[in-house]
Amino acid sequence: MSQNNDTSTPRTSPVGRPAEEGGVQLFTIIIFSENLAGVLNQVTNVFTRRQLNIESLNVSPSGTQNVHRYTITCYTTEDIIRTVTKQIEKKIDVIQARYFTSDDIYVMEQALYKIATAKLLENKEISKAIRLHDSKIVEVNAVYSIVSVEGLPETIMSLYRALKSYGCLLQFVSSGVIAVTKSRREALSEFLELREEEYRHTV
Amino acid sequence: MTDPSQSKIHTPSSPEVLIGAEIMLRALVGEGVETIFGYPGGAIMPVYDALYDYRKTLNHILVRHEQAATHAAEGYARVSGKTGVALVTSGPGATNTITGIADAMMDSTPMVVIMGQVGAQMLGSDAFQECDMVDITQPICKWAYQIRSAKDVAWAVSRAFYIAASGRPGPVVLDFAKNAQVEKAEYHPVSVGFIRSYVPVPKTDPASITAAAELINKAERPLVLVGQGVELGDAGEELKKFIETADAPAGCTLLGLSALPTDHPLNVGMLGMHGSLGANKNTQQCDVLIAVGMRFDDRITGKLDTYACQAKKIHFDIDPSEINKNVKVDVAVLGNCKQTLAEVTRLLQKKSHKEWRESFRPFDKIETEQVINPQIHPTEGPLRMGEVARRVTELTDNKAVLVTDVGQNQMLSARYFKFIQKRSIITSGGMGTMGYGLPAAIGATFGAPERTVCLFLGDGGMQMSIQELGTIMEQGSPVKIILLNNNYLGNVRQWQELFFNRRYSFTPMLNPDYEMIASAYSIPSHTVTEREQLDEAIKKMLDTPGAFLLQVAVMEEDNVFPMCCPGHDVDDMILSNND
Repeated sequence: MSQNNDTSTPRTSPVGRPAEEGGVQLFTIIIFSENLAGVLNQVTNVFTRRQLNIESLNVSPSGTQNVHRYTITCYTTEDIIRTVTKQIEKKIDVIQARYFTSDDIYVMEQALYKIATAKLLENKEISKAIRLHDSKIVEVNAVYSIVSVEGLPETIMSLYRALKSYGCLLQFVSSGVIAVTKSRREALSEFLELREEEYRHTV
Repeated sequence: MTDPSQSKIHTPSSPEVLIGAEIMLRALVGEGVETIFGYPGGAIMPVYDALYDYRKTLNHILVRHEQAATHAAEGYARVSGKTGVALVTSGPGATNTITGIADAMMDSTPMVVIMGQVGAQMLGSDAFQECDMVDITQPICKWAYQIRSAKDVAWAVSRAFYIAASGRPGPVVLDFAKNAQVEKAEYHPVSVGFIRSYVPVPKTDPASITAAAELINKAERPLVLVGQGVELGDAGEELKKFIETADAPAGCTLLGLSALPTDHPLNVGMLGMHGSLGANKNTQQCDVLIAVGMRFDDRITGKLDTYACQAKKIHFDIDPSEINKNVKVDVAVLGNCKQTLAEVTRLLQKKSHKEWRESFRPFDKIETEQVINPQIHPTEGPLRMGEVARRVTELTDNKAVLVTDVGQNQMLSARYFKFIQKRSIITSGGMGTMGYGLPAAIGATFGAPERTVCLFLGDGGMQMSIQELGTIMEQGSPVKIILLNNNYLGNVRQWQELFFNRRYSFTPMLNPDYEMIASAYSIPSHTVTEREQLDEAIKKMLDTPGAFLLQVAVMEEDNVFPMCCPGHDVDDMILSNND
């Protein structure tokens, strides 16, 4: 849930060496946990200890009953994200944690842009940009208008930059990415089935 | 008075209805708990009230400070292998346990800390002695849970003990809201032996066993790093067979010192900052480095960038998050080392690496001449800490449990004590907690009542937990306290001498008369200032039943050597102030 009430640059830029040299890049961590109070704190604490900024964070019920799903994005190196992921998975009530790069997952994000109606009316380029980004205007009044878009983070940032350049942006908020893996195997289901089987052996 | 814990087990058709506090005690008895270290207070009073009727079953040791309850529970756990239990009240009682919880987390010590909490209806209202302990302790414990209902008590206790003791052990916090202590619920014994989200022992990949064996079979200069994981996994025999088959020299971490007998021909001594010269030098010469149940702490590795770069590395561990955390390894063997060491050993060829083994000797010779002999066989000058430790271990036939505080007393007693039995060193490794020694030693006397418990501590650490002399007095705990008094915070003073231009900023200490203090607590004591008196004084200490304080006036500005200075390569060790 990255959120900015003002219109300053809303997200950090990747810094350091390029990804192909083992440098900093954007990782998405998908975590499944039991639906218990306090797990989110434990998860975010692992990032805090290493001074890692969480880029976006989304928590919601998963497709499995009583299991919550976290999607967290973070710029860091693969060495660090590997350890961080294992340290998250080590938490007793975390069922599974895995990290991915953009090649491994399909992501989607939602964003809202509050813009000045007067500027929207006076500059046709603004409407054009809104159309080009497949977004829609969901509210118009004399003072402001609200634009909504769903798409890849690049699309959301592209529209953000466009609206900012026209000087019409009053507020911007994006939901943080949600992601599904492209793998044909469902790691969580496989893990839970395996654990069920192990449980049957213990009783 | 009837003891309710001995009452017959009720059938499920007629479950007993008990208050939460009593369910807690029943559940503790069910977990096999015999000893609890604790301190009462407002928010835990219902449990203490119930405990009054369970005195015969649950031996409650009243400590004099809650931090001591956790360290005593740690000492108990480390020496016995059982889970230690601490019981405290809410607010300050609970926050006082934080150091012990963090210490147990760092050193993988199984412990359950039960703390009182205000009633659930008052949570979040800043009620008297309310403190958000679950949030505070979550980052420093294995699991923290708030019990808000009496019906959860039995489940939470069983889950706590399962988590604390299984896999890589650690501390668990149970935050016990007062309403849950006083309200009634049916008591159904619970035994948690499975948590779907928690895999205590990861599956061992058979390919990792083969890969490890292949590397070791090809090795010409294998070096084994023995960590506490060997003790925790009770894998001492498996380790011996493993190193003997591979003919691999083995160094031990501080916490792993008693995992391999000191005099085993392949034991090359302690690793790390104040470890043996040969073990550290040859870390940079070995061709295969085999870490067993250790976590490549910075006190072991020195500068990471240059650490054993020449070697292929194998890491045996039960905790997947330790793999590649600090040091990247070529083969990770996950699982309990009791099994994995045995499995790898089955694939090993019987080897002889005579030349490699002998390559440690020149280093041993230098260390013996320049460091060890001056510490343990000095002929003149003030008493040295090393000679005291060596004489105590010899006069106890190397059978004593060594408990240490933190600092020079810790490093020198660890270096010069000898171990022939497992679970014989109790010390605060990861956290380096001053004040740990005295309460941990008390805990150890309850965890291993048949063994002699020798505590080495300095004048600094003594005063951090000095109130526990009251616990010793009340319980008659037979702790043999060897106070190495140098009138300094010695280890910090050593660093000031070496790295801060001898600016002794707040390390000299004006000490009280410790014999008078011991006397006030009815603890017999003796002070040694001369070398000729040392043996006799140690014998007197050992022959005196119960606790004894032996104060030894040691060299004031003594230093622990060898030393790998912080940030230096592991083989860059200094042997004296002049290096």
